[in-house]
Amino acid sequence: MQLAKVIGDVVATRKDDNLTGIKLMILQPIAADGSNAGRTLIAVDAVGAGVGETVFFVRGKEASFPFFPTEVPADAGIVGIVDHWDVET
Amino acid sequence: MILARIVGTVVATRKDPRLISNKLLVARPMDPHGKSEGNYLVAVDTVDAGVGETVLIVSGSSARMASGMKDCPVDAAIVGIVDTIEVGD
Repeated sequence: MQLAKVIGDVVATRKDDNLTGIKLMILQPIAADGSNAGRTLIAVDAVGAGVGETVFFVRGKEASFPFFPTEVPADAGIVGIVDHWDVET
Repeated sequence: MILARIVGTVVATRKDPRLISNKLLVARPMDPHGKSEGNYLVAVDTVDAGVGETVLIVSGSSARMASGMKDCPVDAAIVGIVDTIEVGD
C-alpha cells in the first residue's frame, strides 16, 4: 500500500455498470516527508475520503476487494484515511 | 486507473479469437490538467468511447474485470467516459 493525497475527483456518467455508485478520486502519491512522489492516478474510494485528505491505497486487483462480490474493474483503491503518521529519520 | 485521451483506432484482422468483435483504441495518458504524459497505449473499449474523448483506463489483470472481458488477453480496458475532472489543490 502507498500513501497519497486526494487532490480531486472525476465524474463519469457513461461507465462500466459495476462502477455505478462508486466515487472516483484523483490521488497524488506522496513520500514519507509529504512531498509528491510519482504520477497522479485515479482510484475507487471504499472509505469515503474527501479532497485534501491523506489516504493509503492498494494497487492491482485487490482494489476491487472492498466491493466484493461485485467485480469492480479497478486497479487502484483507497482503503484507509490516515489520521497521522510518524517516520523516524 | 489513469486518465487518457482517445487519439485513434486500431484494426487487427489476425488476433486472438477472444479479442474478436472488441473495439481497440489508441489512447494517450494525461494528467488531471490535460497535459499528455507517458507512452501511447492500446486499450479495449467497453463503453463505446470515441476519438477525442477523455476516458478512464484500468490496467493490469483488473482490465479483465471490465464487462465482457472475462478471460480475454487484455491488460488495458476503457471503463468510463469522463465528463468532468475537478482538481482542488
